[in-house]
Amino acid sequence: MTSLWLIIGYVVLAPLIGGIISGLDRIITARMQGRYGPPVRQAFFDVFKLFEKQNLTVNRFHGYYLVCFLIFIIFSGILFFGGSDLLMVVFAFTVADIFLVLAAYSTNSPYCSIGAERELLQMLAAEPMLLLTAVGFYMVFGSFHVSVIYRAALGGKLPILYLPGVFLGLTYVLTIKFRKSPFDLSTSHHAHQELIKGLTTEFAGPSLALIEIAHWYETVLLLGMVYLFFAFVPIIGVIITLFIYFVEILIDNTNARIKWQLMLESAWLATLVLGGLNLLALYLFAMISKGG
Amino acid sequence: MAYIKKSPWIIHYDGSSCNGCDIEVLACLMPKYDIERFGAVNMGNPKHADIFLITGQINSQNREVVKTIYDQIGDPKVVVAIGACAIGGGVFRDCYNTLGGVDKVIPVDLYVPGCAAKPEAIIDGVVQAVGLLEEKKKRGVVTHKEGTGDETRKLPPVPDLNLEQE
Ligand code: SF4
Repeated sequence: MTSLWLIIGYVVLAPLIGGIISGLDRIITARMQGRYGPPVRQAFFDVFKLFEKQNLTVNRFHGYYLVCFLIFIIFSGILFFGGSDLLMVVFAFTVADIFLVLAAYSTNSPYCSIGAERELLQMLAAEPMLLLTAVGFYMVFGSFHVSVIYRAALGGKLPILYLPGVFLGLTYVLTIKFRKSPFDLSTSHHAHQELIKGLTTEFAGPSLALIEIAHWYETVLLLGMVYLFFAFVPIIGVIITLFIYFVEILIDNTNARIKWQLMLESAWLATLVLGGLNLLALYLFAMISKGG
Repeated sequence: MAYIKKSPWIIHYDGSSCNGCDIEVLACLMPKYDIERFGAVNMGNPKHADIFLITGQINSQNREVVKTIYDQIGDPKVVVAIGACAIGGGVFRDCYNTLGGVDKVIPVDLYVPGCAAKPEAIIDGVVQAVGLLEEKKKRGVVTHKEGTGDETRKLPPVPDLNLEQE
């Protein structure tokens, strides 16, 4: 019953929370740059405005692709907050991203196509770490199910104590998933990048609004994953999760965009070193305790 | 309520000239004036924009560019010509390659005078443009129908320069 309420809560509240987070993001970014910044509700104004604009479509399929993108993002969120299999969450999340890439390719615009290619590279860089995260949880809790992990965490078995390396690796990859600088290769929330708007260049009005809404759902889902590491005391968990997002904003404002080669290499290195060593340590501990 | 008032996204194009007005437009985004307070963001992508800020004069090379940008902006949209050059060619009006102001190529809604136009004047222009956007939204102004690609206005002919004769 609680999981049903959580699912309903996610579907209804995630856009609200995601929108507020993105509004706060813009204010904090502005303050970091010595500006005053827009009101918190600006993200909602933007999306409502986009629905008022003309929908310029270059391919009659791109609307459907974007709707699929949104649906699969929501679906993976439902799996996560419904307490389902963490691996399924990661796969559904990937499928959602694939639809975004398809939508971008369908426009045939050079900017969009290069943006889509870079999005694929970003997925390639981030996906191994997301999978390792799921595997790490399995090694500690003996289950991929979020509900089991959550209950064990509430019961006092703190995931962060067993998976510090995996957590750091996930934080590294989060920057790629949020498409924040230095990993805002495929598209950026800030103007003036070399690909104009990359992935989202050809989407106008309501189409862009769908991407924005999906992005809110995405943000809440990813922050949910961060929260899972600290799920023992809700207040502390929420504070740490928000702090992690603040760090993402700080990194966004202090780093220049890097080349895709460096992104791929560093992300895989982080996965291998932080995630891999953590899993190895878990494995060794399990062996020792079994032997003893 | 029209949300377009709350979130006017801007595309800025500088058609050469001396760049003075261009710098002033960018100054509006900087900490001192910070037009993002009103939700205005410099987009760099015509398909996402609502307001087309254009500085500098129209010449035989950039007329196509300006026309293309205008056509790519979705309705409702507003064009603001900033500075003497964009209004009528300014000090460059007699140059061999200058065709004149922006309204030679696309319909202009607002003119912001000055050489260079002051940031305060530019912000005033943007604020008026926002009002106009809402009005256009209410009246349902459509400049081009979806998919038909119909022309709003034909480009003016390029004058025969006859440079070789000199
Ligand atoms: S109006 Fe004056 S300041 Fe502006 S671009 Fe023209 S010459 Fe430069």
